[in-house]
Parts: sequence; C-alpha cells; structure tokens
Amino acid sequence: MVRIIDRRYDSKKKSAVNRQRFMRRFKQQIRKAVSDVISGRSIRDIDSGEEISIPARDLNEPHFQQGRGGIWETVHSGNDQFSSGDLINRPPPGGGGGSGGGSASNEGESEDDFVFQLSREEFLDVFFDDLELPNLVRTHLAKLVEYKTQRAGFTSDGVPANINVIRSMRGALGRRLALGAPYASRIHELKAEIERIEDADGADSPELPPLRDELARLRLKIEAIPFIDSFDLRYNNRTKVPKPTTSAVMFCLMDVSGSMDEEKKATAKRFFMLLYLFLLRTYEHIEVVFIRHHTIAREVNEDDFFHSRESGGTVVSSALIMMRDIIRERFAGGGWNIYGAQASDGDNWENDSPGCRELLATGILPFCQYFAYIEITPGEPQNLWREYQKLEDGQHNFAMQRIEQMGDIYPVFRELFKKNLA
Amino acid sequence: MKKTAKKPLRLSSEWSFELIDEYHREIARVAHDFGLDTYPIQVEVITAEQMMDAYASVGMPVNYHHWSFGKQFLSTEKGYRRGQMGLAYEIVINSNPCIAYLMEENTMTMQALVIAHAAYGHNSFFKGNYLFRTWTNADAIVDYLLFARSYIAQCEERYGVDEVELLLDSCHALMNVGVDRYKRPPKLSMAKEKLRQQDRETYLQSQVNELWRTLPAFAAPEGQASERRFPPEPEENLLYFIEKNAPLLEPWQREVVRIVRKIAQYFFPQRQTQVMNEGWATFWHYTLLNRLYDEGFLADSFMLEFLQSHTNVVYQPAYTEPWYRGVNPYALGFAMWQDIRRICENPTDEDRRWFPDIAGSNWLETFDFAMRNFKDESFVAQYLSPKVIRDFRFFAVFDDDRESKLKVSAIHDESGYRRVREMLSEQYNLGNREPYIQVWNVDLRGDRSLTIRHHEHQRRPLGPSTDEVMKHVARLWGFTVRLETLSPDGKVELVQESRIEKRRVA
Repeated sequence: MVRIIDRRYDSKKKSAVNRQRFMRRFKQQIRKAVSDVISGRSIRDIDSGEEISIPARDLNEPHFQQGRGGIWETVHSGNDQFSSGDLINRPPPGGGGGSGGGSASNEGESEDDFVFQLSREEFLDVFFDDLELPNLVRTHLAKLVEYKTQRAGFTSDGVPANINVIRSMRGALGRRLALGAPYASRIHELKAEIERIEDADGADSPELPPLRDELARLRLKIEAIPFIDSFDLRYNNRTKVPKPTTSAVMFCLMDVSGSMDEEKKATAKRFFMLLYLFLLRTYEHIEVVFIRHHTIAREVNEDDFFHSRESGGTVVSSALIMMRDIIRERFAGGGWNIYGAQASDGDNWENDSPGCRELLATGILPFCQYFAYIEITPGEPQNLWREYQKLEDGQHNFAMQRIEQMGDIYPVFRELFKKNLA
Repeated sequence: MKKTAKKPLRLSSEWSFELIDEYHREIARVAHDFGLDTYPIQVEVITAEQMMDAYASVGMPVNYHHWSFGKQFLSTEKGYRRGQMGLAYEIVINSNPCIAYLMEENTMTMQALVIAHAAYGHNSFFKGNYLFRTWTNADAIVDYLLFARSYIAQCEERYGVDEVELLLDSCHALMNVGVDRYKRPPKLSMAKEKLRQQDRETYLQSQVNELWRTLPAFAAPEGQASERRFPPEPEENLLYFIEKNAPLLEPWQREVVRIVRKIAQYFFPQRQTQVMNEGWATFWHYTLLNRLYDEGFLADSFMLEFLQSHTNVVYQPAYTEPWYRGVNPYALGFAMWQDIRRICENPTDEDRRWFPDIAGSNWLETFDFAMRNFKDESFVAQYLSPKVIRDFRFFAVFDDDRESKLKVSAIHDESGYRRVREMLSEQYNLGNREPYIQVWNVDLRGDRSLTIRHHEHQRRPLGPSTDEVMKHVARLWGFTVRLETLSPDGKVELVQESRIEKRRVA
C-alpha cells in the first residue's frame, strides 16, 4: 500500500539556515559587492533587493581531481565521418561540442562570477552590518520608560472624579427593582382586592381600611429603599502601560551658500539618506526636518532642500539656532529621539564659528542622541572644523568627519556610526 | 498484445490525491506482475521551493547545515527563477520506506511517470543492487541523518559555528577520498549510534594517546625503528585514517569526520551506478506504462504526453551538437536494458555469437541477475552489444598531450566493438575518473608528518585545486603533510608540502 503525504504546507524555509551560513561565510565579498552597487546607483533605490555577484573562485570547493594532460581515451557518440586511425586536430580548450567534455574530471574551472539575488532585508542587513548609532544601546537601557494610561473596564472603587454615572445608575435601578419586587407584587394584589371590594360593596366597605393601611405601609417600604447606595457606584478603570518611544526626528542641516557646489550637495545628500535609512530600521516613526542656510536659515521641504539654488555668505549659527528652537517647540518632552546631521564645506563667517560651538554644546547636544558633522572639502580644514574639534573630546554624542569625494561616503558613514558600546 | 476493453483510468491534466492513488494501484499491479521487488513506498507531494530545498541538501530530507548547501540553493533558485532550468520532476531517496518526491507543478501524466520511474524503477534497484545492499542501509539512513544534524548543531553550540564550519570544509574536500571500497561498514542505527557514540569518543581518544605517547623507556636500535612504517598497509580512505589517527583532533571533531565519511559512503554506490540505475528506472517507467496502455487503462493523449517527456529524457546528442555533454546516462542505460531484453527475446546471429549465455533466455531472470550483480563499469563491459554501439555511433578518441593530434582509436565496426566497449567501461570506472590517492606513511618518530601518495595513471596530473585540498588535509592532521606522486616507472616525486606546526594548548 502506498502512503501519499502532502508536504506542501510543511515549512518552506528549510534552506534558510544554509543560506544564512552562505551569507556569513562570504560576508567580505558580499559587503564589497554591496558597496560597489551602492556607489553605482541612485540612493533612492537603496531600499530594494539587489543582484550580487562575487568571484566564483572564492567559493570553489576543492577536491582531488585529475587535471588536464596525460593520456585520455574517451568515447563519444554520433560518429559521422571518422574511421579508425583518423587523426583529428585538437579542439580548442573549452570549445563546445567536441571531445574533451566526456570526462567529469576534465571539466575546467569556470571563472565566472557567482551571481545571486539578495532580498531587500539581506541587502540592507549587509549595508548596515555592525553599524549602530553610538550610545543607542546605552540610552536604550537608561531610557525613562514613559507610560500612557488606557481604559480597562470598570471597578467598584476609585476616586469620585472617575465615577461612571451611567453604570452606577443602572446598577442602582436594578438593585431597587430587585429589592422592591416582593412588595410590588403584594401591592399589585392589594390593589386588585380593593378594586374588587369597591365594585361589590361600594367604597365604604369595612373591609377596605385595613387593606388601604397595608397598601400605604408597603408603599412606604418601597420608598425606603435607597435610591442610590455606595454599593452601586462604578468607577472607570484605567491602567498604565509603558509606551515605547519609537519616534525619532532627524535634523538635516546643510549649507547652501555659494561655496557649496552641486557635487558637494550630492555628497551631502547621500550622507543624509544613509542616516535616514538607518533610522528607518531602528524607529517606527521618523520625522525629518530640513534646514538649509546661508546667512539666514530656513526650514524647507525635501525637494527644496536638495534642489533649489541659493547663494550668499555663510552663517552656520543661524541654522543651529533654528534647530534649537524647533526642538524646544516641537520635540521637547522626551518622546523623541533626536538626531542631527550637518553637512557643510566648512566655510563659515570667521566670527560665527565660536558661537556655533557654544550653541551646539549648550543648546543642542544635551537633547540629542547623536549629532554628526561632515565637512565636504578637498582642501585644508576650515575654521568651523577647528572650533568643532574642541567639542569632539568632551562630547560622547558628537562626531565629525571630513570627506573629499563621493567614494568616501560609505566608509565615513561607517566610521561615524560604528559601534560605540564601551 | 491486444487491447482489452477495460475501463480506462480517468484522464485529467490536474492531479488529485485520489487520481494518484488510482494510477498507483494499477502501476503497482503491473510492476508486481513483472516481479519487481521494492521497499514500501511513500509518495510525498512538495512544492517547487521545497524541491529546491531538497536539491540543496543533496536530495536528502534532512541534513546538517553548511554554507555549501546554501550556495547550491542560491544557484538553483537563480536558475529556476529566471527560467534557465527546470527542476527535476522527482527525487527519490534510498531509504526504507522509499521516499519519492512528486512536484506539485507536475501534470497527472508526469506524476504517473514519476511513480513508475522512481517508486518502482529506482526503488527496486536500490533494494536489489549489490552495491546498495553492501554500502547503504536503507532502514537507518534517515535516522542517521537526523543524528548527524543534531550532533553537528550541538557542536556548533558548544564550539562555535566557525570552528565547525572549518572542520566541515576540510572534510568535504576529502569526501571523494573518504570512502571504503572493499570493506563492509557496520550497520548504523539511531539508537545504537547514540549509545556507542560516547564510548567511541573516549576509546578513540585513548587509542590516539597511546599512539602518540612519548618515546618508550628503552632505546630501540636505530635500524629497526626506521623500518617500521605506519600505517603498515597504505590506506586509501583518507577520512577514515584521519578519524582514527589524527593526533590533535578532539573527540567531537572525530565524530564530525565520521559523519561526513558515513554520508560520503552512503552516496558512493550512486556514483558508480548512474547508467544502470537511471537506465533501469527509465526502462521500467517505459515498460510499465506501455503495458497499462496495452491493457487499455491509459488514453492516447496520456501516452503522447508521456512519450514526449520520455523521448527528451533519453535523447543522446551527437558530438557535433552544441549541447553535447558526453554520453547521456539515461540514454545509454535505457538503450542497454532495452537491448538486453531484445537479445533475450529476439536474438540475432550476432547476439548469439556475442552473448551465448543470455540469447534466448528468460529476460526477466536475466534482468534480475544483471541488476543485482553489476555496476556501471562491469555492466557496460558485460552487456554493451554491437547493436547499441552502432545505434549510438560510438567512437573512441585517443588523446595524448605529447602528440599534436588526437587519434580515433576505434569506431563502430567489427574491429572496433571490443575497443569501444572496453573504453566506455573504463570511462565509468571510478578508479580511472578520480586520482588514486593513499595515505602512505606517518613519520612516527620524527615530526609526525603525514605523507600521501598519488599513483599517477596515464601521466594525468592532479587538478588545480590540489594545493587547497592539501591545506585541508594539513588542518585535519595538525602537522606537516606531504604529497608525493608515484609514476608508473616507480619514481617518487614530492609534489607539495603543507607545513604546519601547531601544538595543542594544554
């Protein structure tokens, strides 16, 4: 007898572990392939899977084999022209069709790349591999848990402010009906009796007064049942549940003064995008605030932030002041994880830079999870860099880097956000 | 045979469990008439994705985890997703009960073909052929794989994934030189394995410690010491030798080596019976379904679809065609089994000359004998008839890298039949296809270095990945490893040396 088993609904991901092992094993190659891919395409597409190729020679599994050379005598099919003793020119190695393919050990090693598809998750995983925002874990552990209250039915005790009137009155009514029920039915009987006697003997019948007395007494009894008792009171119940802070706000600050050309802006944009993607993985909800500045700062939408052109001098502090004010107005109260990212070419009005440092140290960093500054310049560090450098030592949540060209972004990004759990 | 008026089986391109059951019942009946002896059958219906999973774990229902299986899965998946390749219609596992996977996507015709091919063809071959009977234990394999997987998972927990992975890499590199060819392996069973595993650990370790104990108290005479060789006989199963003798392996590492060795051994017969086994299964699906058709169970449309895929399977391209990849084992095997039947039933004069003992005999008995007692190499040498050689237009090409031209050494003519047959048989001889490698010596008194000897055959060198393999051997052995080549004229030459000096941290 045959047994037929339907396995189609069994777990489908039997090879998932092997796949992970593969990823793990070729982490270096995959990582390199991923970073090549990223530099090659628009950052907007980063949120999707990717076809990755890694050199096949890295994943060969070696075996003892026979190599080419020596004497081989092989049998092939489809003889159409040869007789025994014929001499044939040696076919070019690897050429299709001809002899040489007949023996398993003769198979040459193909040097083609091994190409496979990374899912979106795997792609981003590699991308963010071992990145973690500094102090993230620490603040996570130390984070004050916020509570919110939510309804949880009704209870029989509580404070007067929480009395639920409808529930309480409903209870009282029910109690009154229940307690009065025996009297009510007796009253009903008495009424019927009185009516009957009145009909038969007239209203003066001597049988009536005792009945009327009893009726009055019963009515008094019903009225004596308390209208509402402490026993009837119901209170709205509320419980506290911890509220995870899953919101983050990211401030993008960019210098759009004349000295920032398109290329520098594009570099800055990559930087912001990468930060955004990382936050996307950590937080459920992310607000992004774009602040651009030359001599004055303006909050703009994303499109304007990257695309519209302005020019003029540079006063960095204008943007920092704006950021500080926005934090105070909109993101105060601990419900937000605040991240700042500033990109500039470092060219600032000389007298403004010390003020910037001051602003950062007192007005912004204390509220931020992290603030990163990148200076996009091929030349010498500018005055802003020097001022910020004074900050760098004292602050655990501040980091700065200089990058020169597009290709530097990825390593810089890793450097900026690499694990800092100590 | 005349068509009898039986009620044909319902025809539908969509399969259902009831239909599979009906078709199976008829196939089983006919197979029984032909006297096919099989393990009980377990048919499992799976999806394409599960089929890829099965591919990735070398066709087994369970296996331990390793990156190479993931690689296999990724490349199968890629090929399949892009439509570059179809998946096999079936996978069959040499176990008791015999598990045959049917893919969900197959039509009813294909399911019937697969049942006939796998559940009766392969299954009876697994049960009957001497190699499978000798080297595999169908009752225990699934349990053993379960044991292997959980054991390796435990090791990963205890010693780290990386450590285990390195070890498995090294073992896999030696898989094809990790099989016994001549000894009977002990039977495996889940319960016994578990019980004995602990004992074995301690015992093996004590043996090894004994072997490597410091020099004896008395000073042996010089000459005597240098004459003693270890191992006394060369050992061709490298994994076995390492499992038993590698000085620095931990007990769990020995067990892992053993697991890989056992699994290599399990697949060993399959590598030696491809032509026979596939040919046998193809012959039987062809014969069984044709018999059902003759009896009137199968509709014409069923047969058309069936014959189309059958023809694809047994197609042998000529050497001039771009998709020529050597001899197709399905084609050769099917043609040979068909031919044996023909020789038994309608022998020609030529057949009587070539096969006096089977010409005109009972074909079922001849089949049974051939199936049970041969492997590809001997099967071709014994049964390849001039007619099959002519049909395939076989020719042998002699390739000596010292000559500038190749030479056609034999073709399908009276003077060439024997030569072609001999060459084709050689081509299926595993001993010729793979280099012959033995553990030759261990320098017990010196640096504990291991010497491996490659017996050169037809001046064929070792392949390009040999250096890599030697590094793996060195990792397992723990001391310097040398590879020598012994040429046919008796000259020994050192090919490669992997130095390693690692001491166990006490």
